[in-house]
Amino acid sequence: MPELVTRPYARAFEEYAVRHPEVLCLSADLTSSCEIDGFRDRHPGQFLSLGMAEQNMMSFAGGLGLAGFRPFLHSFGVFLYRRPYDQLIASVAYPRRPVRLMGFLPGITTPGGMTHQAIEDVAVMRAIPNMTVLDCGDATEVESVVEAADAIDGPVYCRILRGEVPRLFDTPLAVGRMRVLAEGRDVLIVTAGIATEEAMRATAALARVGVSIRHLHVSTLKPFDAATVVGHAESVHDGVVTLENHVTTGGLGSAVAEALAEAGLARRLIRLGLDDTFAHGGSRPYLMRHYGLDAIALVAAVERLTGRRTGIDENTLADVRVDAVHSATKAEAL
Amino acid sequence: MRNSKTVEEIAAGIRRRVFEHTIRNNGGYLSQACSAAEQLAFLYGEALTLGAPTLPMVPRPFAGVPSAGNPDYVTGAGYNGPAAPGFDRLFIAPAHYALVAYATLIETGRMAPEALEQFNRDGSSVEMIGAEHSPGMEVHNGTLGIGLSTGAGLAWGRKRKGEAGRVCVFMSDGEVQEGQTWEAVQAAVHHRIDNLWALMDVNRQQCDGAMDSVMDVGDISGKLRAFGAVVAECDAHDVAALREAAATPHEGRPLVILAHSSPFHGMDHLSARMPRLHYVRFKSHAERDEANHAIAAQLGIPPVEI
Repeated sequence: MPELVTRPYARAFEEYAVRHPEVLCLSADLTSSCEIDGFRDRHPGQFLSLGMAEQNMMSFAGGLGLAGFRPFLHSFGVFLYRRPYDQLIASVAYPRRPVRLMGFLPGITTPGGMTHQAIEDVAVMRAIPNMTVLDCGDATEVESVVEAADAIDGPVYCRILRGEVPRLFDTPLAVGRMRVLAEGRDVLIVTAGIATEEAMRATAALARVGVSIRHLHVSTLKPFDAATVVGHAESVHDGVVTLENHVTTGGLGSAVAEALAEAGLARRLIRLGLDDTFAHGGSRPYLMRHYGLDAIALVAAVERLTGRRTGIDENTLADVRVDAVHSATKAEAL
Repeated sequence: MRNSKTVEEIAAGIRRRVFEHTIRNNGGYLSQACSAAEQLAFLYGEALTLGAPTLPMVPRPFAGVPSAGNPDYVTGAGYNGPAAPGFDRLFIAPAHYALVAYATLIETGRMAPEALEQFNRDGSSVEMIGAEHSPGMEVHNGTLGIGLSTGAGLAWGRKRKGEAGRVCVFMSDGEVQEGQTWEAVQAAVHHRIDNLWALMDVNRQQCDGAMDSVMDVGDISGKLRAFGAVVAECDAHDVAALREAAATPHEGRPLVILAHSSPFHGMDHLSARMPRLHYVRFKSHAERDEANHAIAAQLGIPPVEI
């Protein structure tokens, strides 16, 4: 199994912020939940508590940007766009303030139910002019997203993983660059966020039974590298499957569909994710199973595209070992 | 940059320009000139420390929204002078006061009178609802209630950087119906942001009519004080009273001045329209002629030639 890293964001943010005094750490009463409690205690002069008042926090951050600071806003992703949407547009997105929106608990990674689950955040954020959207898939990406986000000229929304996070990659997140995790010829699988680890479980099992999978991991959802996706889609026979921790409308699946359609590339496409539904509260494995966001759902989609029965079941998947991707060579062997 | 005109002279000029524009265009935000003329005249003419304008006297046309592909984008803040550490910054939170703000820029020599000919014309930056590229504006405030938060954030940042310049937010009383206004006050008090002050035009009017009938906000002063702000109250049309209110000490706390105004001050003819004063338009030539002559007479100017 991959190494599990404890609280990668906490360490990475602190290491970065202390070297950049114009970075400010803002919190809306979810300080320990967003792993910045240690930073608050050790660097109180660089920390601003703004309470349970996200609308003010958003416009206040716009004002801080105007003063030459680069505020990092920490909250659950859902609280960074649903309630303060007007403020996000007027005070941050339109004027291209250097505001870094650190959205914890993306999609169904929280048992908090509808009010806590950011399931349409990517769709909303992708539609906002001037916004960059990043989605972390492992501990390395969580660690490197801090510096990557702060290098962006304009606002950026990041989906951040917290707690125990697997390390799948040993190279940092590079804005705009997709990771090629497998280079097979039958089906292209495109994933983002926590869906990537799940897909790696499926692709390993599929490889064993002779299905040749091409796998792309996307950490930059906007701007979206359509040309790269189209290039990989051209080199598979049977079609494309997307898997995302998000509704299938407006997120990764939609971005891939738009890329294929605009290129005039005829490939069948199956979009897996929350299918026009809200979720409810529960554990991550339960929710991924219940809503068809897991490896077995991906295997079923590949079977539909290839017309082959693979014989892979849940027991097979449970035995699959997912290793960290240490190089492109090893990635192909997955 | 100081003005040769008195605040009272600037205020009279604001009323005259907004009146003439409204008559010529058969409508406009005329009542806001009545209530706010002295306040904006006081801010630009005396209270704020502002540098000389950095943008052309006749505004350039709209030059595109901010984007990665528009590196030359500038806001309209240059009409208030450069954003240097020692200068104050002003946000006009109720963006529909734009016509009044533009008139103020003209009366204080920061913009050419011809600029008003571009008002609300397609392709112009002199927009009806002030945008951040409109003269005198630095951010979008068209969705009411976000201005004070922006001001608080900028003020906190300026204080941290040791800048002498303060941040002023010109507000409307209707904005206290928005929850965000109270979030902003609570944050400014919690963080002791005392280089922030607000001047609120308390005219008791909003789009639908009298505030008391639309959504009664009760005792604004008492609420602000309960939130921890320092509050001063004055007659919005008495320049000496505005001056005294602005001098209220507020160390460690933001200051909010409630400037109690009349929505038809200086134009009694408009009182017959109460409580529909948000946007004045004329339904007939006769109605416009009557307003033209009556208001011009009170302002002591000739009627507008139509």
